[in-house]
Amino acid sequence: MSRMGFFTDTSICIGCKACEVACKEWNSVPDDGFNLLGMSFDNTGMLGANSWRHVAFIEQSKPVAQPDAHVRWLMSSDVCKHCTHAGCLDVCPTGSLFRTEFGTVVVQEDICNGCGYCVPACPYGVIDRREDDGRVWKCTLCYDRIGDGLEPACAKACPTDSIQFGELDELRERARGRVDELVSAGVVDARLYGASPDDGVGGAGAFFLLLDEPEVYGLPPDPVVPTRDLASMWRHAAAAAGVFLGLGVAAFAGRRSS
Amino acid sequence: MAEAHPVGFQWVVEAKARGATVIHVDPRYTRTSALADIHVPLRAGSDIAFLGGLVNYVLQHDLWFRDYVLAYTNASFVVREQFRDTEDLDGLFSGYDPEERKYESESWQYDGIKVGADEQDPEERVTKYEQKGSGHQFGSGGAALDPGEPVKDLTLQHPRCVLNVLKRHFARYTPELVQEICGVPPALFDKVARALTSASGRDKTAAFVYSVGWTQHTVGVQYIRSAAILQLLLGNMGRPGGGIVALRGHASIQGSTDIPTLYNLLPGYLPMPHALEHESLHEYLHLNTPRGGFYGQMPAYLVSLLKAYWGDNALPTNEFCFDYLPKLTGDHSSYPTVISQVEGKCKGYFIFGENPAVGSANAKMQRMGLSNLDWLVVRDFSLIETATWWKDGPEIETGEIRTEDVGTEVFFFPAAAHTEKSGSFTNTQRLLQWRHKAVEPQDDQRSDLWFVFHLGRVIREKLRVANGAAVDSRDRPVLELTWDYPTEGSHADPDAESVLREINGWDADGKALSGYTSLQDDGSTVCGCWIYCGVYADEVNQAARRKPGSEQNWVAPEWGWAWPMNRRVLYNRASADPDGRPWSERKALVWWDEKDAKWTGHDVPDFADDKRPSYEPGYGARAADAIGGADPFVMQTDGKGWLYVPSGLTDGPLPTHYEPHESPFTNPLYSQQANPARQVFSRRDNLSNPSGAERGADVFPYVFTTYRLTEHHTAGGMSRWLPYLAELQPEFFCEVSPELARERGLAHLGWATIVTARAAVEARVLVTERMVPLTVQGRVVHQVGLPYHWGANGYVTGDAANELVGLALDPNVHIQESKASSCDIRPGRRPRGPALLQLVDNYRRRAGITVETADFQ
Amino acid sequence: MTERRRGGERLMVPKAEFSSYYGKPVLKRPVWEERYIAGYLFTGGIAAGTALLAAGADVTGQPSLRRSMRLSSLAALAVSGFALVRDLGRPERFANMLRVFKPTSPMSVGSWLLSAFALPTGIGVMDEVPALVPRPLRSVVRRLSRPAAVSAAALGSGVATYTAVLICDTSAPSWHAAYPEMPFVFAGSALSGSAGLALMVAPIREAGSARTLAVAGALLELSAAQRMERRLGFVGEPYREHASGRKLKAAKAMTVAGVATTVLLGRRSRAGAFLAGAALFGASALTRFGVFEAGVISTEDPAYTVRPQRERVGEG
Ligand SMILES: Nc1nc2c(c(=O)[nH]1)N[C@H]1C(S)=C(S)[C@@H](COP(=O)(O)OP(=O)(O)OC[C@H]3O[C@@H](n4cnc5c(=O)[nH]c(N)nc54)[C@H](O)[C@@H]3O)O[C@H]1N2
Ligand SMILES: Nc1nc2c(c(=O)[nH]1)N[C@H]1C(S)=C(S)[C@@H](COP(=O)(O)OP(=O)(O)OC[C@H]3O[C@@H](n4cnc5c(=O)[nH]c(N)nc54)[C@H](O)[C@@H]3O)O[C@H]1N2
Ligand code: SF4
Ligand code: SF4
Ligand code: SF4
Ligand code: SF4
Ligand code: SF4
Ligand SMILES: [Mo]
Repeated sequence: MSRMGFFTDTSICIGCKACEVACKEWNSVPDDGFNLLGMSFDNTGMLGANSWRHVAFIEQSKPVAQPDAHVRWLMSSDVCKHCTHAGCLDVCPTGSLFRTEFGTVVVQEDICNGCGYCVPACPYGVIDRREDDGRVWKCTLCYDRIGDGLEPACAKACPTDSIQFGELDELRERARGRVDELVSAGVVDARLYGASPDDGVGGAGAFFLLLDEPEVYGLPPDPVVPTRDLASMWRHAAAAAGVFLGLGVAAFAGRRSS
Repeated sequence: MAEAHPVGFQWVVEAKARGATVIHVDPRYTRTSALADIHVPLRAGSDIAFLGGLVNYVLQHDLWFRDYVLAYTNASFVVREQFRDTEDLDGLFSGYDPEERKYESESWQYDGIKVGADEQDPEERVTKYEQKGSGHQFGSGGAALDPGEPVKDLTLQHPRCVLNVLKRHFARYTPELVQEICGVPPALFDKVARALTSASGRDKTAAFVYSVGWTQHTVGVQYIRSAAILQLLLGNMGRPGGGIVALRGHASIQGSTDIPTLYNLLPGYLPMPHALEHESLHEYLHLNTPRGGFYGQMPAYLVSLLKAYWGDNALPTNEFCFDYLPKLTGDHSSYPTVISQVEGKCKGYFIFGENPAVGSANAKMQRMGLSNLDWLVVRDFSLIETATWWKDGPEIETGEIRTEDVGTEVFFFPAAAHTEKSGSFTNTQRLLQWRHKAVEPQDDQRSDLWFVFHLGRVIREKLRVANGAAVDSRDRPVLELTWDYPTEGSHADPDAESVLREINGWDADGKALSGYTSLQDDGSTVCGCWIYCGVYADEVNQAARRKPGSEQNWVAPEWGWAWPMNRRVLYNRASADPDGRPWSERKALVWWDEKDAKWTGHDVPDFADDKRPSYEPGYGARAADAIGGADPFVMQTDGKGWLYVPSGLTDGPLPTHYEPHESPFTNPLYSQQANPARQVFSRRDNLSNPSGAERGADVFPYVFTTYRLTEHHTAGGMSRWLPYLAELQPEFFCEVSPELARERGLAHLGWATIVTARAAVEARVLVTERMVPLTVQGRVVHQVGLPYHWGANGYVTGDAANELVGLALDPNVHIQESKASSCDIRPGRRPRGPALLQLVDNYRRRAGITVETADFQ
Repeated sequence: MTERRRGGERLMVPKAEFSSYYGKPVLKRPVWEERYIAGYLFTGGIAAGTALLAAGADVTGQPSLRRSMRLSSLAALAVSGFALVRDLGRPERFANMLRVFKPTSPMSVGSWLLSAFALPTGIGVMDEVPALVPRPLRSVVRRLSRPAAVSAAALGSGVATYTAVLICDTSAPSWHAAYPEMPFVFAGSALSGSAGLALMVAPIREAGSARTLAVAGALLELSAAQRMERRLGFVGEPYREHASGRKLKAAKAMTVAGVATTVLLGRRSRAGAFLAGAALFGASALTRFGVFEAGVISTEDPAYTVRPQRERVGEG
């Protein structure tokens, strides 16, 4: 079973939010509150337990795409990255989070005990705990759909194919071509995000074509899976434990037993 | 387009990927602009100046497609001597009647055409105004030409030939004038002009896409006319990748004009008979049947329709029950109907799938009308404002309506959704696509077809009982209707396919017809809508075809079915030159095959398939035979594309710039400020802002426009009740530029109150650089953007933008001017209760508003 | 730092700032409830430290110190268990922790470690309170007493330090970056805090080693913390500023005071010893709460996520 993923080409996103709605419809995700955020047309805010797709809207004075345009309006649909090295999965103590045969990362709700460890472990701030039931929720990459050979609901609903679902290798290939295309067409800001297997998470299963720096979209510029340093952490802990015991022994060494 | 037709917009994105240049002309920078190559911000209501500028550019630089224009348009036709242009009469065309505020179009005619002015007595002319009162009636046909042969000058030397009339008319539409009216700098205008003209010609075509940003104006129809002139001059009509694409609204809103919910049309754009003009079938056909064009067969179309309505009761001896048809006595369009409710003349109202208490202009007048009815029937998914105004509408708060005083008996029926019933959608491409029922409606929910059918059934039963043996002639039209559709399912839902089959029609042997050319005027054929004839050819529901595009040619003729005769590109004969050869290989669509002596190609030819390119209609040839072999516009009476419209429009043969009914600017072209034929209802409950040079106009210094958001649907009935949509745009907001915010002290996410002569509404403030101030007539003008989706009910609520919009209508199609008006905007929330009325009153006083202001200049 | 105030009225749709998306956090705030999880970090440390002291007391034959330390250790363990379950919401959810053993999950390792630690700790208490044990078994418990004490101390060294790995193995910038020093901070804090408790409860004559451990632990904690803050720079800010920084400053002050009092009065007066112990015990708690808050704060402000990463990759 080859690894499946997303290539989200934000250069053709029209911000229609069909992906957000389709995701909620298919996965029966509850609404996320009716709040006007004043962040351009974004009233979702960020990914969370109740929003597994989030379309970001960025208004810029910097004219890039259109030379004589006074503004530029970036739109980008964010989602769980389904990391090659997934912080959430690594730290999960119960095995609730697991890697599927498609190379995606999925929560098993019946096993999750709500310990919340995965939440700060995610370098992208994706997964989150639901207040009411205390368990965590995130994009499943429509595990139930792709298992039946269907494409994920969000990709299916995307009118412009900004969200492209497929075999990761093929998607990466396509994405590189798209960047070259855009750059040669003068869109010099075009760049891929999360497409490289040797980044901090070993490459994202859901990667993006962006038109500006990642942080502009609320994405970390250089995410690293926390467990990358885990071995070293244990070594330091062991040393500290040694010192702990050593000091103990030293402290009592003076006194002879009766 | 990305905002309101996101799914269709995928093709624009695809075209762009293939190298197309996307130009977006819109006062606001929208999601569409974000993907466009060029965005042109212009002042709302000024497009005719912009398009006129392009027409002038094309004519001045000789960029028009000579061979195409000469052969396929009326460029060479010579206009009557009596014709006077707006350039001659300071903003009026000849034939204007100041009392009636209407045009008599005879002076617009061609030389050589006889017109009946002389034989007609005045009052008959009055009824003629009313009957001609709607360009809609010529929906896909164009007006009947009075008898005679137009004088032509193929050398285009004649000073009065259409092309020269055009040149003079648009001569003043220079880039400088465009800048002065629209606020579009010459450099940007030039960029657009070059992009457009370089994308037109033998090897290339350019398409125009519009929707209600172009129609909701007192000059809406003339907006589209401007585009038509441009596209004809550039040779972009009837060719692949060309055309003027009218993006429609609700699913199947196209279907509801083809088989209309409009008061003045019968199915297939046959005019609704008029009480005074059409007392007999003979009179009706005599007055409406043009000599040439597909409407030349109108007798066959109408008689077949009457047979569909009254079946065996429709006989030659009783004029096929022609008198059973309801007749017009005047303008019964939506807004006048509401006014007659307010005036107590209209007592009952059916509302199927509409939410006028929020969605229609001057929403308060709508609610006042509803409050003055005897009964009201609302069929909808949820309890929309139109069903609950009497207990929680804005007038309850202001004290203008007291629930206990409302005498209207309101019946609410839950409607079944499109997933709960079978039927067809007709989209903007005239493409019928069949929809199969996915689930049974629950509880009391029923389809509209169910409701209408069973309502009719019950009424007929009651009448039968009431009448007994001696049937009152008054009841015959209902009792003699064919009302026998087979029903299915637990709810006894009428079988929608049987309705479709009736629309398609059948012959004397009851076999489904294969096309409208087989329709007869002797009562031997039955057809519910002649343009849909063929949708059930071979007893097959052609609309239900779903062959994937990958398994057929690029035109995909086997996906659904398009009227007429499954032709995907209208007038596609124009894709070939007069001799029948494609203008270029790249743009080949249909062509004349000399070998088989027939028209062929990728698409179904929109032409009599055996008519040689060289065919010349003989004298007295009628209908289709009157169309020459090189006349592509087969629905037009003369087969030509009309650069100039000699009859059929109520406000002039050519588009020209008028200011919106309410504008902070004067018309720099003429002392005639606004469209002289526009419909204005000056009443206490429909006051207007002073406009242009009028005293008090400065009280409303800003331009506001209303529009849609992707996240919501129109008056909200289909989005405010759905949490997944409601959460995406939870509040009514106004979009303003940082400059305007500074000028008026508006804070981002704070509140603003927007005021017009009708009302004041409050909205959250979205300050954004997407809104740009424009310089018009040397003055900076700020525009305010207002999405109109909110009302009092649902998950998310807010004031309705339509409280602000008044009734000022386009005279051809009676659409309200909801895209360009003037207003004031101030920081903070609006007052509550009676204080709200006070605020509006103060504005009226300050601006000296009376029933007269902005009524007419 | 964030480019604009969050919430409130802004002058316009904020210009897209290249360093953040409307000042919104990039990371998710840990959902852990402070009083439970910070409390857990603290009590775990105390359980471990007291186990160590108990073992020492056992070996060196100081019965009352041993007794009090063993009881304290079990009590601390109980409290930490309680805190954990409260944060999970339902007791049965703790069972899922032992579904699998996952070396990549410090929480999994910790759960097993804690469970293992519970056994000798329990035996220790049974040994102290024979009434809890059926007669025939008492001799068995007696025989297991020494090995239990020693293994509890050994396992305790893990319990005291694994919690550092637990929080550092996250993307919370201030926690993750601190992983080299955090175990030493926690170990030191566990020692001084537990020794502090010993000073409070044990008779002066049996508190000699506790005094030594108190001072040693404090020095370990302070030096490690010092080193950590100097090394971290910008991501270390939450350890110096905000509420978290204030807590940690107070903790240091109390530690220093505790150490001073221990040295000056610890041997002389019961009251002095008690004061010194209380200061160190409290300081240890404050440290864990301060550290916990620092990590949380570092997730709430995108600057702590973006700036260091930006510096790492250089201006794109
Ligand atoms: N998501 C969504 N889709 C819809 C609908 C919906 O409510 N929501 N409604 C459906 C219906 S019923 C219809 S009719 C269509 C309407 O589809 P559209 O016509 O696209 O809808 P609008 O947003 O009303 O108007 C389009 C644009 O016209 C601009 N505009 C305003 N005044 C002028 C002007 O004078 N000149 C020019 N050039 N532009 C102007 C507005 O700024 C706006 O961006 O959409 C259909 N599709
Ligand atoms: N200011 C301003 N005003 C405008 C416009 C504008 O651009 N600006 N646009 C105008 C335009 S183009 C339009 S089309 C109108 C739209 O205005 P309306 O048509 O009044 O508003 P909708 O919300 O579309 O109303 C449609 C209703 O039909 C219901 N419905 C849906 N399907 C069915 C069905 O199968 N059966 C029944 N019985 N009901 C159904 C929905 O729940 C909804 O309540 O608004 C017009 N008003
Ligand atoms: S993005 Fe976060 S939640 Fe998604 S797989 Fe990676 S670490 Fe897990
Ligand atoms: S919250 Fe659930 S999914 Fe997340 S780490 Fe804990 S058990 Fe695993
Ligand atoms: S893949 Fe499925 S679960 Fe994930 S965002 Fe798309 S629709 Fe939602
Ligand atoms: S559906 Fe596609 S185009 Fe629409 S917002 Fe989502 S990604 Fe963008
Ligand atoms: S709502 Fe329906 S018709 Fe309108 S764009 Fe979406 S898919 Fe097309
Ligand atoms: Mo519409």
